Amino acid sequence: MALRAGGRWARPGSALRGRCSGPRRAGDAPRHRHLREALRKIIDKEINPFVDKWEEEGQFPAHKVFKILGQAGFLGVDKPTEYGGMGLDFSYNIAVAEELGNVRCGGIPMAIGVQAGMATPALTRFGSHELKKQFLVPTIAGDFVACLGISEDGAGSDVANIKTTAVRKGDEYVINGGKMWITSGSQADWMCLLANTSKGPPHQNKSLICLPMNLPGIHVAKKIDKLGMRSSDTAQIFFEDVRVPCKNLIGEEGKGFTYQMLQFQEERLWGVATALTPMETIIQETIDYTGQRKVFGQPVLHNQTVHFRLAELATEVELLRSLLHRAVALYVEGNDVTKFASMAKLKAGRLTREVTDSCLQFWGGMGFTNEVLVSRFYRDLRLMSIGGGTDETMLSIICKYMDILPRK
Amino acid sequence: MAALRVLVGVKRVIDFAVKVRVAPGGAAVQTQGVKHSLNPFCEIALEEAVRLREAGAATEVVVATLGTKASQETLRTALAMGADRAVLAELAEGAAAGPREVAVALAALARRLQPQLVLLGKQAIDDDCNQTGQILAAILDWPQGTFASRVSLEPGAVQVQREVDGGLETLRLRLPAVLTADLRLNEPRYATLPNIMKAKKKPLEVVPAADLGVPAGPPRLRLLQLQEPPPRAGGEKVESVESLLGKLRHAGRI
Repeated sequence: MALRAGGRWARPGSALRGRCSGPRRAGDAPRHRHLREALRKIIDKEINPFVDKWEEEGQFPAHKVFKILGQAGFLGVDKPTEYGGMGLDFSYNIAVAEELGNVRCGGIPMAIGVQAGMATPALTRFGSHELKKQFLVPTIAGDFVACLGISEDGAGSDVANIKTTAVRKGDEYVINGGKMWITSGSQADWMCLLANTSKGPPHQNKSLICLPMNLPGIHVAKKIDKLGMRSSDTAQIFFEDVRVPCKNLIGEEGKGFTYQMLQFQEERLWGVATALTPMETIIQETIDYTGQRKVFGQPVLHNQTVHFRLAELATEVELLRSLLHRAVALYVEGNDVTKFASMAKLKAGRLTREVTDSCLQFWGGMGFTNEVLVSRFYRDLRLMSIGGGTDETMLSIICKYMDILPRK
Repeated sequence: MAALRVLVGVKRVIDFAVKVRVAPGGAAVQTQGVKHSLNPFCEIALEEAVRLREAGAATEVVVATLGTKASQETLRTALAMGADRAVLAELAEGAAAGPREVAVALAALARRLQPQLVLLGKQAIDDDCNQTGQILAAILDWPQGTFASRVSLEPGAVQVQREVDGGLETLRLRLPAVLTADLRLNEPRYATLPNIMKAKKKPLEVVPAADLGVPAGPPRLRLLQLQEPPPRAGGEKVESVESLLGKLRHAGRI
């Protein structure tokens, strides 16, 4: 089905496919059902009709969208009720992520992921009550847009190598340096910033700080022009003698690296969850298109290479879903699922590339245009192998768990 | 404030976005494995009831439906939208229930619950009967305000603005009364996650339909055949009215 604004594709079968979430899928937990239906309504009404426009404009209105989601309770699903959250377990977060896969782009679910799951876990677990009232409450309510400041121009996978400093002067930190690849950076009200707060071993000298984004000295240098995820604004930010009160420190000084590591499992599982429905959507739209596009007198779909390949891809999507649900179930029980989360993220990065690449090929010339969804997801989902932990990083982690990583 | 209970009748229907298919046999529609939801007009009726309670004009909203066990999901959605409690008049699987059966069940519930107002959707999007509210009002001998586009409660009465062929008509009805909701009455809210979680704990009572006097015999209407409309053929643009008339005549249409 083509993009709504295009309106080229008013064919009943395919047009309705996109809207109706169909009967309950085998394996979907009944307890998540109403949550998913309610979220789907919001996506269908408040997000999808505007995606084409926001993709073109290079930015979606985060405050507007997050307020709607916040009011409906979707931004703090696993956060404590005393700060406005729902106090539910992580499986509900994953249900939200899977349902967000119905958004017809990757950028908005990614930005929601930062807001609901990446900028706030450390604050929730280790922040002071005052700090949580100041930053967590409005973030869950959707009044504040949050961003996460970890990666830098010179340090992505190698987080320990970041150079931004936060030097204590009296009862303030003075921050110098810069951050890169900051999702929602140009719209954010505050940043969860990782900075070096002392000299010393690189895993023990960093701290997390709640940084209001309206302080003097913060320069949003540019919005990065990206291949995909175009409706999500991504910023490069510089800090020049930015002063923030010391009480904005999350938890203990020097523990920032550890705090951030703790939430990687959740971040990776979330990323996998958001990729599943887009892959299914693309496969289905490819079936619809190739089922009626004729080449040499018969539908493209009738070629065995096409329908067999689609069957292969659908199989792999189900396998990935199974790994995801298994990891989530174990996590909810309190287990460390770093290995499974890394495996799932690795597979998701590779599978999204295979699905979008194979399907785009089957769309032929149309697949190469901006008028179809497959080309957008081809661009958007390519980030899966890079952001949130590269494939290479995932492989290293898995090797470590398999005890086959060479020791230094 | 004196207790003012609102009874809202709802129906579980095939979701409006689903492409409906005729089931093998040609006498029914495919429902197995197909997405169902709360009938849109029922949703509007429910929203109005919840707003009345929130404004302090009503004290309790009870939502009810006549259906199989699957209708419990629909009632939970209604509870998540703000109804206080729910009643399922349970039918056996495969038992048909038309406007008359629904009206009988709701009438029995109305006698039990003593609402001052019964709110229904004007029609269901599957059979488009537009009869249940009217039959119910007749059974109860209550005044009716159908196709409501605005509702306001007054002491002992309700003022209803109705969408009728000639425009808008405003009536004042003595309570208790039956109203049916039209499209422009309101815009239903999203069920928020906190309300969805709360809804799981709200009371949902199951009552066998027979206990409410719903007749168990064979349905009075028998569906003989169902078929999909013929596939749409291509259209043709013409340049003038004469040309249009000529083509229609030629095609045997006039």
